Amino acid sequence: MADVEQLCRDLFPEGHSIAVRDGRVTGRATVAGETIAILGTVDGALIGADLAFALAGEVLDIVERAPGITILLLVDTGGQRLSRRDELLGNAGFLAHLAECFEVARGRGHRLVALVHGDAVSGAFLSVGLIADEVYALESATIRVMALPAMSRITTIPIERLESLSRTSPILGPGPAHYARLGAVEAVWRDDEAAQALRAALSRPPPRGDRRIALGSERGGRTAAAEVLRRLGVEP
Amino acid sequence: MSAGTSYRESTARERIARFFDAGSLEEWLPPSARLSSPHLPALGLPVAFDDGVVVGAATLLGHRVLFAVQEPAFMGGAVGEVHGAKLTGLLRRALTDRPDGVVLMFDTGGVRLHEANAGLIAISEIQRALFDARRAGVPVVLVAAGANGCYGGLSIVGRSADAIVMTEEGRLSVSGPEVIESQHGVEEFDARDRALVWRTMGGKHRWLIGEADALVDDAFGPLREATVRALATPVPIDLATVRAAHRALERRLRRFGAMDDAVEIWRELGLEDPEGVPMAEVAALVARADTIREHGRG
Repeated sequence: MADVEQLCRDLFPEGHSIAVRDGRVTGRATVAGETIAILGTVDGALIGADLAFALAGEVLDIVERAPGITILLLVDTGGQRLSRRDELLGNAGFLAHLAECFEVARGRGHRLVALVHGDAVSGAFLSVGLIADEVYALESATIRVMALPAMSRITTIPIERLESLSRTSPILGPGPAHYARLGAVEAVWRDDEAAQALRAALSRPPPRGDRRIALGSERGGRTAAAEVLRRLGVEP
Repeated sequence: MSAGTSYRESTARERIARFFDAGSLEEWLPPSARLSSPHLPALGLPVAFDDGVVVGAATLLGHRVLFAVQEPAFMGGAVGEVHGAKLTGLLRRALTDRPDGVVLMFDTGGVRLHEANAGLIAISEIQRALFDARRAGVPVVLVAAGANGCYGGLSIVGRSADAIVMTEEGRLSVSGPEVIESQHGVEEFDARDRALVWRTMGGKHRWLIGEADALVDDAFGPLREATVRALATPVPIDLATVRAAHRALERRLRRFGAMDDAVEIWRELGLEDPEGVPMAEVAALVARADTIREHGRG
């Protein structure tokens, strides 16, 4: 479900008010009687310097004007903007700044929740989704690093082999269910049950710290990482 | 420069031996631990018993540091599950070990596509662990001086460190030249035009626009000294600091946003002979540009 207006109507039966412009959505919504902030990109927007900068400004405004409010990130991005201009300007710096603004928000008590409802692709997903404390995804969403044909071209692994591995290997295969097995997506929601699921998620206490490696190990999708951490003397 | 003195032309283990103080090295999960990728054999690919990254503790000019050094020759320094977990674990160790700093020597194309999802998630985990280390008062410094450059998600992680030390041969960018060219054609980016690659993504330009904090020659002495200096200037993670960074990036967009080539940006900065920047000696460039260059955090 990539239409953000329709998504918000379905997701917030208690009311919401959003503005969509220049590839991003901002606003407020009420969930279980509480006001939350809405922030995200729309229509699979590619995130270059300008959009990352604008999103960072929105995060700082939320932190300054609505201290401590929960921020719901609505994720729909086709990835970082691939262009000479954006790299000339230093897109890494803009995307890192955006992530650091979220980190400041987290440190000041904002709960960060992400919901992938459209596309979530590669590097940009780091700064507008994976930076959250909890990531959820609709069943219909797409999450991936790269399309399989491009991956096949670069790795020189035949596409048929990649396609067959992708069906069974959460490490390789795109999709929310695989990311859930790896521990990066807390839960996958049916599109028509998203409103109830969101209300339930927000009524639970927020998770403390980064539990993704532990979760991936518990769910059996990613066990080597937890083993590495243990052998380094760190609790996964 | 010969392999003996050039960081860029050295392997990860040569880099460690020459970068940190002699006799101070302690490697964690060394190759004898046999921790390799569980995913590469299914694709018929060889593994490395350190999965392409060396982590541990050492001293640097007497300062106690934790380090991670990527091996450029193994899968292009790319991040898979085990490789990524070593980086995350190292940064989490900083919370309990309380070193004087963490030195990350990235030399990478980003996500290892053969373990794509695990690589991307690992990069997010590395970033969270890096922020946690900084928040706990342990400075993190990125050295971006390797043969592969620092690309993909790790360029974003690297830019999340307190400071970046670069050489002119180092490159820092989210998307690589080949990726941009393959998506948008040779008119958008000619990946074979090495001069274009250096002046768009290379250390000189990154230092001049404030993406990098120090620019030094490709030699171990200058890299060591610049890294120690960077460790001494940690950047707090707070509202005032990101507000200042926001103003600096706003200024960057306003000043340079309409420009098409690095040479125009260097002219706008007020550099005399901007066309001569690629040929300039690093020390000479630093001397004449240090007061007019931009800064990424304001």
